[in-house]
Amino acid sequence: MVKHLVAFLLLAVLAAVFASLTLGYQPDAALNRTALYYAENTAKDLGAQNIVTAIVVTYRGLDTLGEVTVLFLTSAIVGLILSTHRATGEGRATGIPAAGELLRTGSRLLVPLILLAGVYVFVNGHLTPGGGFQGGAILASAALLMLLADPLHRFGHRLIAVVESLSGVAYVAIGLLGLAWAGGFLDNRFLPLGDFGTLFSAGAIPVIYTLIGLKVGAEFASMLASLSETEKS
Amino acid sequence: MSNLSTAMSLVLAAGMLVAALLSIITRSLPLAILSAGAVSLFASIMFMLLAAPDVAMTEAAIGSGLTTFLFFFVLGRVGGKGHG
Repeated sequence: MVKHLVAFLLLAVLAAVFASLTLGYQPDAALNRTALYYAENTAKDLGAQNIVTAIVVTYRGLDTLGEVTVLFLTSAIVGLILSTHRATGEGRATGIPAAGELLRTGSRLLVPLILLAGVYVFVNGHLTPGGGFQGGAILASAALLMLLADPLHRFGHRLIAVVESLSGVAYVAIGLLGLAWAGGFLDNRFLPLGDFGTLFSAGAIPVIYTLIGLKVGAEFASMLASLSETEKS
Repeated sequence: MSNLSTAMSLVLAAGMLVAALLSIITRSLPLAILSAGAVSLFASIMFMLLAAPDVAMTEAAIGSGLTTFLFFFVLGRVGGKGHG
């Protein structure tokens, strides 16, 4: 009884806070100074059509490096914890029923298309919405579909680790190249900016986003693979 | 915001609330996982309406896609039968 009362009171307080926030909300009539700077100078300075990407990869590139590091740590810890329970025997029962004909045949058709969609999303990150994180998650969902269609499928952990490490190192190396030949760490302008709105434009942004996409995809895929390889307790 | 998109966001918000409540009230774990995924799906359409396609893609791919299947994976491992 008291527990319910406390929960109800907490909810009421939360509702009051949110109500006071939303009732007094007036949308800004104009962009604020930071947003105005980005809106006016992104195309001119960095040659990126998608302003969000320009902010994520270049203006706030260091934050993105931090995000990628957090994701890397997470996937490393998941792999470390689950590796102690890794199943050794091949062809044992997983407890997951075998996939049906529809799923197996359908996944053979869909996996290449999903991979293509993921690559499209991160290669075009500087032109259209989306980018490395979204594209990487789409790549990982292709790996997930393969695991669902064949729960005993084994991914090469070596390959995943090599892709992930190489793209991480290359990401930092590109950042250092920007420090050496352009304005600062992760500056994209050491490569030519190209024609605005074409695929090969915006300097190093497509390269960086491709590396992020590969890295994020490899991290999620390694997490899924570790999960699928654990013993049923 | 036009009338149509206001109406759509109201419907989406109601759908999110219903799905969120369902996911904590129901006794069936698979249903709870599915409705938690539906919250993310509605949220990603909401982000689309609010002109944030980048966030919408992340939410749809990670929130409603990978997370839902991750929960099912773990549910298959621990073999939970609900807490009824």
